Amino acid sequence: MLSYLARRIALMVPTLLGVALITFFMLRVVPGDIVEMKLRSDGGYVTQELIATERARLGLDRPLVTQFAEWMQGLVTLDLGTSMWTGRPVAEEIGTRFGLTLQVSVMAAIISVLIAIPLGTLSAIFRDTWVDYLVRVFTIAGLAVPAFWLGMLIILGLLALFHWSPPVTYTPFWQSPLENLSQLIWPALAVGYRYAAVVARMVRSSIIEVMKEDYIRTARAKGVFERLVVMRHAMRNALLPAITVAGLEFAFLIGGLVVTEQVFNLNGIGRLFVEAVSRSDFILIQALVMLLALVFVTMNLVIDMLYGVLDPRVRHG
Amino acid sequence: MEFSTAAGTVRAVDGVSWSVGAGETLALVGESGCGKSVTALSIMRLLARPAGRITGGRVLFGGRDLLALPEGEMRAIRGRDVAMIFQEPMTSLNPVLTIGAQLAEPLTIHLGMNEVEARARSIELLGLVGISDAERRLGQYPHQFSGGMRQRVMIAIGLACNPKVIIADEPTTALDVTIQAQILELMKDLSRRLGITLVLITHNLGIVARYADKLAVMYAGRVVEDGPAEQVFRAPRHPYTAGLLRSVPRLDHPRRQALETIEGLPPNLLRPPSGCRFAPRCAARIPTCDRDPPLRTVAPGRRAACHRAEDMPAALPTTPAPPREARRRPQPGAARLLQVRGLTKHFMVPARGLLGRKAVVRAAEDVSFSIGRGETLGLVGESGCGKTTVGRLVLRLEEPTQGEILFDGQNIAAASEREMRTLRTRIQVIFQDPYSSLNPRMTIGDTICEPLIHRLRMSRAAARERCAALLRQVGLPAEMAGRYPHQMSGGQRQRVGIARALAMEPEFIVCDEAVSALDVSVQGQIINLLAELQAELGLSYLFIAHDLAVVRHLSQRVVVMYLGRVMETAERDALYGAPLHPYTRALLDAAPVPDPEVERARAPRALSGELPSPLAPPSGCVFRTRCPMAVAECAATVPPLREVRPGHLAACIRI
Repeated sequence: MLSYLARRIALMVPTLLGVALITFFMLRVVPGDIVEMKLRSDGGYVTQELIATERARLGLDRPLVTQFAEWMQGLVTLDLGTSMWTGRPVAEEIGTRFGLTLQVSVMAAIISVLIAIPLGTLSAIFRDTWVDYLVRVFTIAGLAVPAFWLGMLIILGLLALFHWSPPVTYTPFWQSPLENLSQLIWPALAVGYRYAAVVARMVRSSIIEVMKEDYIRTARAKGVFERLVVMRHAMRNALLPAITVAGLEFAFLIGGLVVTEQVFNLNGIGRLFVEAVSRSDFILIQALVMLLALVFVTMNLVIDMLYGVLDPRVRHG
Repeated sequence: MEFSTAAGTVRAVDGVSWSVGAGETLALVGESGCGKSVTALSIMRLLARPAGRITGGRVLFGGRDLLALPEGEMRAIRGRDVAMIFQEPMTSLNPVLTIGAQLAEPLTIHLGMNEVEARARSIELLGLVGISDAERRLGQYPHQFSGGMRQRVMIAIGLACNPKVIIADEPTTALDVTIQAQILELMKDLSRRLGITLVLITHNLGIVARYADKLAVMYAGRVVEDGPAEQVFRAPRHPYTAGLLRSVPRLDHPRRQALETIEGLPPNLLRPPSGCRFAPRCAARIPTCDRDPPLRTVAPGRRAACHRAEDMPAALPTTPAPPREARRRPQPGAARLLQVRGLTKHFMVPARGLLGRKAVVRAAEDVSFSIGRGETLGLVGESGCGKTTVGRLVLRLEEPTQGEILFDGQNIAAASEREMRTLRTRIQVIFQDPYSSLNPRMTIGDTICEPLIHRLRMSRAAARERCAALLRQVGLPAEMAGRYPHQMSGGQRQRVGIARALAMEPEFIVCDEAVSALDVSVQGQIINLLAELQAELGLSYLFIAHDLAVVRHLSQRVVVMYLGRVMETAERDALYGAPLHPYTRALLDAAPVPDPEVERARAPRALSGELPSPLAPPSGCVFRTRCPMAVAECAATVPPLREVRPGHLAACIRI
C-alpha cells in the first residue's frame, strides 16, 4: 500500500509539469500585456521608455525559457512569486482567500452527498414510480440550472421573503460560526445543487445495475431482509462508481465557484482568478492554475485510495 | 408463469408439475430456454419483477402453498427451509463482504445466533464442505477463492440452517470436470447424510445419471417426461428424451461415424405452436400430434406428454446417420501440415509495488505436436491448462517465447507481417462464443463478405454469391445473409462462424471450444457439420475443448494438457482405451456418463485438490500435488514426454 502511494505521488509530478508547461506558454501566446494595461489605466501618456523599464523590472524582457526555468525553480522551493499587479506575494494573495473557497466547496460537497445518496437510492429502488419521477425531475433540473443563476435566485428569494440578505463581509468560522455560515451556506447550496444532481444520478444508475447482480439474488435466497439487501449488499458496491464521480465533481466545484463568488460578492479564489485574468497577471494566473491542477490530481489519488478501502479486490490486487 | 417482454408475453413455464419426496434427488433436465431455471426461481419467488409474473399454480412445501404466502413468511422460508445454489460461483458472492459475513447472515437472521455462535457454526460449515483452515478463510473475500472453493462456500451458505430442500441451478456448469466431480460428490454425500432433498437443475445428462433418483425432462416450458432416473434412461417414453440421450457423444459407447441429432430448433415461446410443441422436430410424428398431448401416467411412477408414449422408444426410427464415405485415414507422419516444436509462452505479470519482482505465468511450456493433412488433433485440458494459449500462438495472436510452429514448412513464429498475411488466409479460427465474436452492427452477409472483398479482391456481386454458397454449405438458407447476429439462435450463429472461417478457403482451422456454448441437440448438429466439411474439403482441425467425449468423437489424435504442459498424447483409441497418465485417467473418471447403470458400477474417484496457481507451479511434475501415484521423486525433475508405447507418449515417471 505504501509503495503504491509513493508511486502514485511520484506520478503526479509529470502530470503537474505538463500542466505548468501548457499554462505557461499558452498565457504568453494570448494577447494582452500587463505593463501597458497597468500604466495606461489612468489614461495618461506613457513613454516607450517607461514601458521598457517596467518590463525589465518585472523580468518580462528575458527569454521565455529563462522565465520558465525561474518559475519552476520557484515552484520547487515553494516560492510562487509576486503578483505583477499588486506587487504582493502570490502565496499571500491566495492564502487569504483559499480558506473561504475551500470552506464553501467542502460544505457544498458534504450537503450534496448527504442528499444525493439517499435520493439516488430511493429513486433506484422505487424505479418507475412517482418517487423516482420526482427525483429525476429534481436531478435533471440540477444539471440544467447554472449555479450563478441559482445564486441570484437565492439572494432575491431571501430578500423578497425575509427582507434579509446574507452578510457581505467574510467572518472566519472560528470567530463566529453563525455569522460565517449565514454568509457561506447560500453559495454552497447554489453550487452544490448541480453536484447533488450529478451524484444522485450516478447513485441511482449504479444501484439499479447492482440490484441485477447475482449476489443480490443470493442474498435474497438466503432470506435477508430487503432493507438489508439494499443497505448492506447493494449500497457498498454501488457507491464505488459514485465515489469516482463525486471526487471528480469536487474538483470541478472549485472551478464552478469562479462565477458564483461574483454573484455572492465573496472574496475567494474564484474572484481572484477573474481579476487575475482581466489584468493579464501571468504570475498569479499560473499559480492559480497550478493550484487547481494540484487539487484535481490529489482528488484523483484520494478517490483511488478510497477504492482501496471499500473494495477488497483493489486492496489485494 | 409468464414473462412480459418488449415483444410480448412469454409463457416461460406452462403447466409444469412435479414432486419430490424427502431425501430424494430430483434432476430437472432440459436445454437452455426450456424453463428449468425459471421453475426454480418461481419456487423461491425470486423472479425479477415486474417482468416476471406467476399467473397460476401452486408450490406445495410440507402442505403449505409457497405462492400464497405473504412475502414476510416467504422470506423466513428462504435460506432456512429451502436454500438455493446458483450457477455462477464467480458472481454469486458479494465481492465486498467477507466470506464470514456472508456465511453468518442466514444464521443470525433465521436462527437468531449472536456473533460468537455464528462464527463457531460457520467454521463447522466450512469444515463440512471441505474447506480447510476455516478460521482464516472466514476473514477473506470471495476473490481470494477459486471457482470451486466459492461453490463450496455457496453450499455452506445453503446448508447453514439445515434446510429441508436445496435447489441447485446448474451448480457445476461453470467448473472444470475434476472440480465438478468434487462438488457433486460433496452435495450428494451431504444430502444423504443430512437427509436433504436435492433438486438438481442441469443440462448434463451424465450428472443426472450419476446423481439423480428421479428425473423430469423439460422442453419449451413444459415437463415432457418424468420418472425414476434409471427407467427413463433405459427406456425413454418421450421422443425428446430419447433424442437427447442419443445426441450426446459418449465415452462408454463405441464411436460412431456421425452423431444422431434432433433436427431443427426449439420453438419461440412468444408464439408457441399449437399441438405438441416437439412435433416439428419429432421423427415419430403422426397426425394426432396436432392436438396437445397431456402429461399422463404411462407406467407406474412414470409420466410422459406424448400421444405415442406407449410405443416409445421403439417407434422412433433409429436413424443410423448416413455413414460418411470411408475417408482415407491420414498416415501418421505423412504429409505433416502443422508441426509444433518446443512451443513455450510466458506471460509477464506486472510487479506489485515498487520493489516487487515481476511474476511469470508459464502458460505453455515445451509443447510439441503435429497435425497431418485432413487430420483432427484434439487438445483437452481444464481451464488454465494453456490449451487456448496454444491455439492463439498457432494463429499468431500471441508471440511465442520460444519454439517453432511449422505450417507447411514455414515457421509461423518467425514469419514477417507480409508472410503472415498470406498464412492467415490459410489458417482460420472458430471461436467459442458465437455471439460476441460476430460484430453486432454488421449483417451476417457483410461479415462473411468483408474478407472476400478486401483480401481476395472479389467484386461485391461475386462476394455475395460466394456468401450465399457458404451459407448453404453450413446448412443455412442464403436469405440469412441479411440478418443481424441477434436475430439468430446460438447454433445458427456458430454456423455463421464456420461459414466465415471457410470463406478464405483455409486448409487449417483452429476450433477453440467451438461447440462448448451450445445445447446438446444443437451441439450434435455442429459436430456433424464440422466432420462433413472436413471430409468434403480435406480440412485439418486443431480442436480445443474441455469435453472429452466431444474430442473423442472428432479427433484422430489427442493431446492432454495440464498447467501448461503436455501430459499425454496418443492416437484417439489408444488414449481413451488405455490411458497411461494418471491425469488422463482422472479426467476420464471425472466425466459422468449418461447411463445410471454404468455410473453405479463406477467407483467415484474424484480427483482431490485444486489446480495450483500457474504463478507458482509445483516443482518437478506439475501434476504431482493432485496425483494419486505421486512419490517423492516426482518433485525432483520435470518428467520428459517419452514414448511408452509406439505412438503413445506420456510425461510420467511412474508408468
